[in-house]
Amino acid sequence: MMHADRAQQTKEPEASAAVGAEIGADRLLRMYRQMVAIREFEQHANDLYLRALMPGLTHLYEGEEAVAVGICEALRVDDYITSTHRGHGHCLAKGAEPNLMFAELLGKEAGYCRGKGGSMHIADPATGNLGANAIVGGSAGIATGAAFASKLLGNGRVCVCFFGEGALGQGVLYEVMNMAALWKLPVIYVCENNMYNEYTHYSETTAGEVLGRPAAFGIPAESVDGQDVRAVHSAAKRFVEHARQGQGPGFLLCNTYRYRGHHVGDINREYYRAKQEEQNWSSERDPIKLLGLWLISQKLTDAAVLESIASEIKAQMEAAVEFAIAAPYPEINEVDQDVYA
Amino acid sequence: MPEIKTQNQTATGIRELTFGEAIREALAEEMRRDPRVCILGEDVAEAGTPFKVLSGLVEEFGKQRVVDTPISEPGFTGIGVGAAMTGLRPVVDIMFGDFLTLIMDQVVNQAAKVHYMSGGKWKVPMVLRTTMGATRRSAAQHSQSLHAWVSHVPGLKVVLPSTPADAKGLMKTAIRDENPVIFFEDKMMYKLKGPVPSGEYTIPFGQADIKRAGTDITIVATSSMVQVALGAAVSLEEIGISAEVVDPRTTWPLDEKTIIESARKTSRAIVVDEGYGRYGVTAEIAAVIAEGAFYDLDGPVRRMGAMHVPIPFSPPLEDATVPSERSVFELARELCGRS
Repeated sequence: MMHADRAQQTKEPEASAAVGAEIGADRLLRMYRQMVAIREFEQHANDLYLRALMPGLTHLYEGEEAVAVGICEALRVDDYITSTHRGHGHCLAKGAEPNLMFAELLGKEAGYCRGKGGSMHIADPATGNLGANAIVGGSAGIATGAAFASKLLGNGRVCVCFFGEGALGQGVLYEVMNMAALWKLPVIYVCENNMYNEYTHYSETTAGEVLGRPAAFGIPAESVDGQDVRAVHSAAKRFVEHARQGQGPGFLLCNTYRYRGHHVGDINREYYRAKQEEQNWSSERDPIKLLGLWLISQKLTDAAVLESIASEIKAQMEAAVEFAIAAPYPEINEVDQDVYA
Repeated sequence: MPEIKTQNQTATGIRELTFGEAIREALAEEMRRDPRVCILGEDVAEAGTPFKVLSGLVEEFGKQRVVDTPISEPGFTGIGVGAAMTGLRPVVDIMFGDFLTLIMDQVVNQAAKVHYMSGGKWKVPMVLRTTMGATRRSAAQHSQSLHAWVSHVPGLKVVLPSTPADAKGLMKTAIRDENPVIFFEDKMMYKLKGPVPSGEYTIPFGQADIKRAGTDITIVATSSMVQVALGAAVSLEEIGISAEVVDPRTTWPLDEKTIIESARKTSRAIVVDEGYGRYGVTAEIAAVIAEGAFYDLDGPVRRMGAMHVPIPFSPPLEDATVPSERSVFELARELCGRS
């Protein structure tokens, strides 16, 4: 089913020009760089698929970069995240190395999971990444459990649970939100509404108001323009602070858009969404363009600096891809290692 | 009094405890030893569970570590997985084994796979306690023995204690293990009394225990079926048949060596387990015996499990669904060529 009013959903209100000034130029430029890195990473991932160098499929995060970057910029390195099948952006934003990410995507020994996890299961204790999860809503329990442990151990860590709006259909999410609210756990539920549950518009699957759901548990909740990294970051900082001070969970609804298909092989998408809609988002609501224009308008940087960031990232990602292609596969005797600890 | 085979035993005293008391004692000792151990589940605190296994723990360890949850099995099991990954050693209480159906994603797709999928980087040192066993007049949704399901999944360890002493030693090992462990307690055994060493001890996984030595037939039995097999063995002795009762104690890891050696020695084997026979624990163990002892067997390996029906409510019907001392005795006698 197509929706005539969908194009309007691209017209999110822009955050006021004032929002972001307090973030500081260094941090803003770091977020810009991170978003460019995720974009470039994903374009290489798609390219690896097209060149038949990557086994299986992968789910790209292009278009949603501001969400992962704005949120993770508000976290400490020892804070936790859980990620999703569309998780490359979260992992990179939390500090993952692109070369080890690409190696994992190609099933190589050098990858984050020694090649055993692949694109949908990147995990990295060093950056607090509890793992990407290929079951929709599957990490809600793990994220809330990490917050439970943080509270009992008194270590001051918070956990961000990233999930797509498709996970709003999973009951376990509401079970753990209930317990997080009851026990004031330091967890932030970040719903990335990219508008499509695989190939189905979320309005066909989601009754009522999304924010009514956390509200029912008494969890503070906000909706934010997920294409505006300044707005995402500002909201994230508030929620993280709230959680870290022991005041309990938060819920942040980030309205965003998936530029590509559900996965790299989802090329012909017109039966579920119009090309015009895709073009509107990428031309008018692109998170990288929006931040770049704002930085220049505020005289915090200039086009030459942004171009040099882009070319540095490009070279870094090309080198990371080469590293991964050249890296060896695991030895066959690795297959039954690490079934048990 | 049978000899109790344990590991790291430091005291020699023996007391009588019930199966439930032995489990509670193991939990209390581990919670005293390790502040990371906590309990999550429905009615685990003041109520001490409907079976009263946990009575007294909240009074000693407080509500931070003995946590009453909402009736949300997938949610609090998932919380257990995440807490285990991040520094705690949770014991998750699933009141009835039938509710495994509710938590299979958390157990099978999450807990069992986290370590492997992360290339060995994350661990899930979690114990999931649950129950099994029919004949409590609880009908089809509170009487199943579903341990075969989790025994099928790589990444999990599965424990089925049959005596109070084993229950205590195996629970302590489960809590100290670095992996997700599913611990099945037959709810019909909670009041069973038995000797339990008074000192510190643990029992390793993957080590079967010969609960009764014999020469004519091997009866491999799990959980409460061990008690059934021991009862049958007494009757068999009266007619001159010497039965050896082997208790694997863990279905994974499985002590294939002890099972095979016993079958080779006696040349006859029956496997008794309260789960469904079809595609079940008895099928797996029978295959282990067939592969490892075939040329020493005098007859086919026989299996006894729950009948392939939902567990009925009516007492005479329910009793007919599970192996009994009588039915084990009859089959053993037949296999030994007596009539």
